[in-house]
Amino acid sequence: MKQKLEEIKKNALAVLENAVDIETLEEARIKFLGKKGELTAVLKGMGQLTKEERPVIGALANEIRSTIENHIDTKKAEISQKLEEMKLKSEVIDVTMPGRAQKTGKLHPLTKVMNNIKNTFIGMGFEIAEGPEVEYDYYNFEALNIPPNHPARDTQDTFYITDNIVLRTQTSPIQVRVMEKTKPPIRVIAPGRVYRSDAVDATHSPVFHQIEGLVVDKGVTMADLKGTLEMFIHRLYGEDTKVRFRPHHFPFTEPSAEVDISCFSCGGKGCSVCKGEGWIEILGCGMVHPKVLANCGIDPEIYSGFAFGIGLERIAMGKYDINDLRLFFENDLRFLDQF
Amino acid sequence: MNLPMSWLSDYMDIDVTPKEYSDKLTMTGSKVEGYENMGENVENVVAGKVLTCEDHPDSDHLHVCTVDAGTGEVLQIVCGAPNVKEGIIVPVALVGAKLPGGIKIKKGKLRGVESYGMLCSHDELGITEDMLGYEPEYGILILPEDTEIGTDIKDLFGMNETVVEFEITSNRPDCFSIIGLARETAASFNKKFTIPEVKFTENDENIADTISVEVQDKDKCKRYCARMVKNVKIGPSPSWMQERLRACGVRPINNIVDITNYVLLEYGQPMHAFDLRDLQDKKIIVRRASEGEVIKTLDEQDRELTADDLVIADGKRAVAIAGVMGGFNSEVKEDTTTVIFESATFDGASVRLTAQRVGLRTESSSRYEKGLDYNNTVPAVERACQLVEQLGCGENVGGMIDVMGNVKDMETLPFRPEKINAFLGTDIPTEEMVKYFDALGIKTDLENMTVTPPSFRPDLEGEADIAEEVARFYGYDKIPVTLLSGEATCGKKTERQQMQDEVNELLNAQGMYEIYTYTFTSPSIFDKLNIPSDSNLRNVVKISNPLGEDTSVMRTTTIASMLDILARNYNYRNASARLYEVGKIFIPSEKEGELPSEPVKITMGMYGDKVDFYDIKGICESLFANLHVENVKYEAVTNNSTFHPGRCAKISVGGKVLGIIGEIHPAVGRKFGIETPVYIGELDFENIFLNINTDVKFKELPKYPAVTRDIAMLVDKNVPVAEIEEIIKKASGKMIESVQLFDVYEGEQIPEGKKSVAYSAVYRASDRSLTGEEVQKVFDKVVKNLENQLGAQLR
Repeated sequence: MKQKLEEIKKNALAVLENAVDIETLEEARIKFLGKKGELTAVLKGMGQLTKEERPVIGALANEIRSTIENHIDTKKAEISQKLEEMKLKSEVIDVTMPGRAQKTGKLHPLTKVMNNIKNTFIGMGFEIAEGPEVEYDYYNFEALNIPPNHPARDTQDTFYITDNIVLRTQTSPIQVRVMEKTKPPIRVIAPGRVYRSDAVDATHSPVFHQIEGLVVDKGVTMADLKGTLEMFIHRLYGEDTKVRFRPHHFPFTEPSAEVDISCFSCGGKGCSVCKGEGWIEILGCGMVHPKVLANCGIDPEIYSGFAFGIGLERIAMGKYDINDLRLFFENDLRFLDQF
Repeated sequence: MNLPMSWLSDYMDIDVTPKEYSDKLTMTGSKVEGYENMGENVENVVAGKVLTCEDHPDSDHLHVCTVDAGTGEVLQIVCGAPNVKEGIIVPVALVGAKLPGGIKIKKGKLRGVESYGMLCSHDELGITEDMLGYEPEYGILILPEDTEIGTDIKDLFGMNETVVEFEITSNRPDCFSIIGLARETAASFNKKFTIPEVKFTENDENIADTISVEVQDKDKCKRYCARMVKNVKIGPSPSWMQERLRACGVRPINNIVDITNYVLLEYGQPMHAFDLRDLQDKKIIVRRASEGEVIKTLDEQDRELTADDLVIADGKRAVAIAGVMGGFNSEVKEDTTTVIFESATFDGASVRLTAQRVGLRTESSSRYEKGLDYNNTVPAVERACQLVEQLGCGENVGGMIDVMGNVKDMETLPFRPEKINAFLGTDIPTEEMVKYFDALGIKTDLENMTVTPPSFRPDLEGEADIAEEVARFYGYDKIPVTLLSGEATCGKKTERQQMQDEVNELLNAQGMYEIYTYTFTSPSIFDKLNIPSDSNLRNVVKISNPLGEDTSVMRTTTIASMLDILARNYNYRNASARLYEVGKIFIPSEKEGELPSEPVKITMGMYGDKVDFYDIKGICESLFANLHVENVKYEAVTNNSTFHPGRCAKISVGGKVLGIIGEIHPAVGRKFGIETPVYIGELDFENIFLNINTDVKFKELPKYPAVTRDIAMLVDKNVPVAEIEEIIKKASGKMIESVQLFDVYEGEQIPEGKKSVAYSAVYRASDRSLTGEEVQKVFDKVVKNLENQLGAQLR
C-alpha cells in the first residue's frame, strides 16, 4: 500500500510538472485527490491494514495529499502569472497616440489675471469693493477733485448719459463710495469695467478694466505706498523685477506717481516692447488728496492714505504677449483656449 | 513741449549728455518722451558752388558739374536735378559723407563719367519744409548766395541741436515754456538759475496817446497789456531765431510774428500782434461776442461765436478770438508799419470752452486753458520789445497799457516739516526742504513757518502739494520702502464674490469657456431678437454721445451679446462652442436723475457637438445642485419670441424667476448668421444667490436597505414628465428616496397620441428595513393616483 501511495505521488507530481494550463491542474486534482480519485481509492483499502500500519499509512497518505495540493497551488500560481503576462503582452497599446479630450472650459485670460491680482491683495488684508458702471458725474469727477471744466476731463473722453450721469471713466469713484460708507482703517481694491470714448484699434477700446486700490488709516505714508506696491509687483512679476516710482500728476492724489517696472521682455536693456527705455509703465498711484478725503468726510489732519489704479488689459497683454486688445472682446475659441 | 538743449545755456551753466538730462528730469517729474539730434545721420555735407554745368554726353537728363566745396580742389560731380545750373550754392555730400537712411556717398561712375560726391535736395538731408520756412522748388536745395563755401550744412540749419521732448502734465502750465523747463532743470541739477535782464529803449511818445484799451469782462480777462512798435520793417528773422523756432516745431514766418512765437515758447505767454491800421477807432475792447457774431480767423475760416466767447474787438468789430486765434482782418502784413503787441491773461476754462466750440486748438489756447500767470504778461511783452530792438525791425513806442481784471493772489501756506516727513515716511532736514523751495521760487518764512508759492505755480494750493515738491527733489527713489502698519485687516471676498468664483469653476468644469462682451449695444438688437415692440426690455439707458449707433445704448439683455460671439465663432468655423459670461445689464430707474440698476446675468450659449435642450438644462441643474439651490422648477414657455416655441423653459424657485433657457428661434439665429441650432440660457445672479441654501447639514448615511420599484405606463403624449414625477413623490410620502426617469418611448406598439414612460422609484426608511407589504401599499396608491389624475395605463 505504501508503494501504491508513493506511486500516486510520483505520478501526480509528474503530471503537475508538465501541466501548462489551469484545466490540467483541475483534472489532476480530481484524478488524484477527488472523491473518486486514486488516493481515495487507495485509502478505501485501509481497513485491511494492521492496527500498527494504519497510522503510519494514514500519516503518509495525508502527507502525500498535502504535497500534491501544495504542488497544485504553486503550479496554479505559476500558470496564472504566466497567463497574465501573456495577456498583458497582447494588450500593448501605442501610448504616443493622442489622448481622448475630457471637456472642460476655461476662464477668460482677463479673469485669470484679475484673480491673481485679487488674491495677492487679499493676502495683504484687502477687501474687494464694487460700484456702479453708470455713475454720477459727482463720484467720477467732482469728488475726485476734478471740477467741471478741469483740463483733466479733456484726457478722459467721457460717455454721457445725462449732464450729471456718465459711464464711469475710471474705477476711482469706488474710492469715494467706500470712504463715504466706511470708517478707516480702509484697505480695498475695486476691480471693474470702465468706459472711454476711444475708437477701437489694437491698443484702444471704449471698454476696458481697471483695478483701483485704496488704503486709509492713521499715519499711512508714501513709504507705505511704495512698500505695498513693490510687494504686489514682486508677487506678480517676480522678485527680481525692478520698480521705479516716477513723479506724475493726477487730480485726486498728491504727491502722485507713475510706476514703471524693468521691462519683462529685455530685463531693462531696451527693446521694442519697452521702446528702448528699459522700463514699462504699469500703474498710477499717489497719496489721496486731502480734498478728496475731506469730500468724503474723512479728516485729512488725522488720516492719510494712498490709492492706485492698474489697467488690467495692459497687465494681461504683457503677461501673455498679446499684441491686440481687440482679441479680449472677440472671444474666438482658438484664443480663449490658449490660457 | 520741445526743448532745444542749447537754449538752456541762456539761463545757467550746464553740460550733461541728453541721456543724463532725460533721466534726471524724468525722475523730478518732467517726463521725457524722447530726444533727437536732427543732424545725427548727416556727416560731411557742406555748402559748395557750382562752377560749371554741362550736359552729360551720354544722357538726356544728367549734368556734369564742377564744384568748389572748399576742399581745395575742384570736384567733378554728376547731377540729375533739373534745377542745377552754374553759379548756385548747394549742399554737397562729399565722398565719405553720410545721409539719413544709412546712405554713404562713394566715388562712382554714372554712364561712364566719374562723380566725386552728390548734390543734395532738402529731402535727402532730412530737412523739412518747416525747417526751411518755405516750399523749395523741385530738385536740389539752392542755398542763399551769401552762404560761405565749405560751411557744414548742419550749422546752416541748426541741425547740431539736440531737442528733448517732454510730456507736460496739465497741472504745470509753467512748464510749457523754455524758462519753466529751465527752472526745473536748474532745480534738478542744483544749478544757479538766472533770467537775463530785459532792457530796451523807448521813444518819447506814449502808446496811450494813440490807442485805448477797455476790458469789459474782468473775470474772463484777468490782465491785458499792450505795447506799440512803429517804423516796423517786416522781413525774415535772423537764422538763430529761426533755428530755435524750428527746433520747437514752429515755422518761421516774419520777424514780428516770429518774435511773438519766440516769446510764447520762451515765456509760455501767448502774444499777438495787431496791425494798428486795422484797429478801427483806435480802440481795443475786450468783450463777450454777441450771439452768432462771425469772425474770420488767421486761417481764413469763418467762425461763429456765442455770447459766452470772449473776443478782442476794435471800435467796430471783433479782431481776435481771445486766447485762441487772431483775426484775418488785423493780421501783420508785408507792409505793416505799426504793430500793437498784446500780452494778456484770459480765464483758462473760458478759452478751453471757446476753443472746443469753434474746433480750434492752438499753441495759444492749449496754454491758456491750463491757467496762466497774470504776472507773466509784462515780462513777456517787454521781452518782445527787447527782441524788436535786437533785430532792428522797429522803434519801441514809450509806455505800456496795463489793465487789470479780477485776480487772486497766491495763498500763504503753513510749513510743517515734521508733518511733511510723517506724510512721506522720510527724515528730510528742514534746510534741505528750504533749498528745494528756493530753487522753485517758493518763498519760505521760517519765523512764521509759512511758504508762499510763486504766482506761476497755481497748482501749489495746500500742504500736500508742498510735500510733493519736497518729494520730487529729494527723490522718489530715496523715499524708503515700508509695509503697512497699524490695525490689521482681514482680507476677504464677500459671499456674492465667492459665488461668482464658484459659478466660474462649475461652468468651466462643464466645458464652458468664459467670455467678455461689450455692455453697450445697438438699439436694433431688439428687433433682431424678435422682442415685441411693447417689451420693457426696449426701455434702455441711452448714451448721449456714443461712438456710433451700434454702441449707443446700454444692454437690457445679454442674449444678443452672446449670439454675436457665437456667430463670430460659427463664422470662424469653430465646429462647436460652449460659452458663458457673467456680466451686467442696465435697467433704467423709474425716477428721473437716478442711476439705473445693474443686475448681473449669467449667460450661457452653445452650438454644435449635437447639443440639445437637455445639455443646457443639464448644465443648469448641475450648477444649481452644486450651489445648493433647491426645489428648482422648469416650466415650458411657448410665447417668448426669441426662443423656439416648443423648446424653452422658465426656471424658478418658489415663484422667484431664476432665468430662462431654450433653443433660439431659428429665425433669430439666422438674423445673427447662425444656421445651426443654438441654445441659450440667461440666469439672474442675484435671485440664484438669494436662493442658495446656506444651511447645508450632513445627512446620516443609510443603515437599512432600500426597496426599488419600477413602473412603466402609457400617458398622453403632451403630459410633462415633471407632473408624473410630482404625483409619484406626493403619493409615496416620506418613504420615497428618489424617483428616476429611465425611459421615454413613442412609436411602434404605442398607440397614437400616447407615450410610454418608465420610472424607477427607490423607497427607504432611516430606522428599519421596509417590508414588502409596506412598500406595496404605498406603491398601490401611486398607481391609483397616476390612473386617476393622468389616466395612465400601467404596462
